[in-house]
Amino acid sequence: MEYLVRLAQCHETFRQPELEAVATLLGIDLEIIAYHEYTPFCVVRLKDEAAARALVARCILAKDVLELWGQGRTYDDLHADVQQRSRHLWEKYRQVSYALAVDCFSGKRSTAKKTEIFESFGYLGLEGTVRLKGPDEQFHVIEEYVTDVEQHSIGTELSSEPRMIYFGRWLAKSQRDVILTHTLKKRKYISTTSMDAELSLVTANLALAAPGKIFFDPFVGAGSFLVAASHFGALTLGSDIDPRAFRGKDHERKDGMAMLQNFKQYNIVSQFIDAFTSDITNTPWRDTQLLDGIVCDPPYGVREGLRVLGTRDGKVIEPVIIDGELNYYRKGYIPPKKPYGFEALQKDVLEFAVRRLVPNGRLAMWMPTASDESKSFPVPMHPKLEVISVCVQPFHNWSRRLMTYRRLPEGEVSDTTLGRNKTDGEGVSADDLNAFRVKYNNRRALGTDQPETK
Amino acid sequence: MKVITANFVTCAVKECKTSAASFPLHFQDAELEQLELDLQPEFIRNVLPRVDWDSLRITATELGFPALPETKPEGDALNDEQTLKDLHRLLLETSVVEGKLVCGNCGHQYVIKEGIANFLLPSHLV
Repeated sequence: MEYLVRLAQCHETFRQPELEAVATLLGIDLEIIAYHEYTPFCVVRLKDEAAARALVARCILAKDVLELWGQGRTYDDLHADVQQRSRHLWEKYRQVSYALAVDCFSGKRSTAKKTEIFESFGYLGLEGTVRLKGPDEQFHVIEEYVTDVEQHSIGTELSSEPRMIYFGRWLAKSQRDVILTHTLKKRKYISTTSMDAELSLVTANLALAAPGKIFFDPFVGAGSFLVAASHFGALTLGSDIDPRAFRGKDHERKDGMAMLQNFKQYNIVSQFIDAFTSDITNTPWRDTQLLDGIVCDPPYGVREGLRVLGTRDGKVIEPVIIDGELNYYRKGYIPPKKPYGFEALQKDVLEFAVRRLVPNGRLAMWMPTASDESKSFPVPMHPKLEVISVCVQPFHNWSRRLMTYRRLPEGEVSDTTLGRNKTDGEGVSADDLNAFRVKYNNRRALGTDQPETK
Repeated sequence: MKVITANFVTCAVKECKTSAASFPLHFQDAELEQLELDLQPEFIRNVLPRVDWDSLRITATELGFPALPETKPEGDALNDEQTLKDLHRLLLETSVVEGKLVCGNCGHQYVIKEGIANFLLPSHLV
């Protein structure tokens, strides 16, 4: 049977990967029949209604799902399709109480016209009472018009008539409301680089967060990804080279680290394991398959420094004894750190993931790109990681991408010929090491950037 | 730092990774806190195979827990509610809030403060 998934008209490139990830997670056979970035309507084929409800109930970028009774470019085509496709369903709904709605995407209809549309479905033979509040079933006529965004982008002509009309029985809504409870505006503890609630939740979905699983963020910050993964039932751990973000300042700590307040706020304290201070290039993790998922947004080296353990000149600082105590065990000791390559860091994350993920475990990693690289930007790759999806969030003069990888079981190898081989681990200053930082700063100097939102 | 985390980490010094003496890290002066968290049997069943049982037995003894069985519970034993509860209590509900983790190979001490372990290394160990 075909179903109509109504998507949110935002974060377009994330929508299809999210549907596919959730289908993989739930073991649902999903065939996408029609998808287009300029419309929210996605037609899919699924085994049954239960699969449709389950699939959409777990999505963040979908809004709801309908059992598709027919579609057409005109009302004549629509009615012909409904009669051909769904006649066998009509009898079942003859006596139910129902509501009929006409939803127009990017268009308008007068009340009189809507009434006319309702009446044209008289052949369905719905004999039950019309109940606008709490009906047994809701039927929707959905008209899709060309948007001005699409007109501007690819030149599709605007029209006063819909491009496509769908008719279906409403089944279930998605989990989109969680965005409202998880919004950073109402979150107790956040930092300047917290990922927004919507994309954190989508990231957790792409990495297949679920009950019973163990998830880790090696650049945890204030823990946006951990609360998202824990919302979906995973148990989570985080680490960061700088503990200040997750620990919080003195006044921000009440009963433990500041980040824990968010788990309390969302009532998911039982899903939190730990946060500790460590560096990805000298990690304490055992070198074996321990994790089901890794979610992270590594530092870009623009707003926050990109540093790892070591000294800038490569010289070892020998320990000294102060007041009978080794200096590095003394209170307030800060280990020396050096600037590090942005691409080297990503390579280290891939290597870390390959060693710690269980087979079919997932890594979801964010990465920024200056817009002029966008046409053929190289995805960091690894022979033991399959690239599942690359999603793009464009800004005015730069964009960031979410790359999702699957840890291949032993014996399978991924084609990495299109990947990036160059490393930038050798270098001294932050600019030597970070092509993105140079581009970002140069653009700012030329005044071509939009002011940062505060 | 919870007991499950202690079972998943070892010494951060690269040369120690190949030494059997570096794992498990040994708790010293550990101040414990018992939390109450929801029991999640599917988590225990999924993650227990990844736990290094011999090391967990050592850690449990060091923290003053009664001795664990010699072999890791598997299969039907993981349907026993008491077994699950005991593992849940040790792995997830027991947290070291203050103390040290010490490497048995190089002797480096990792300090735990307010439940947060610090695995950053001084320059000569990087």
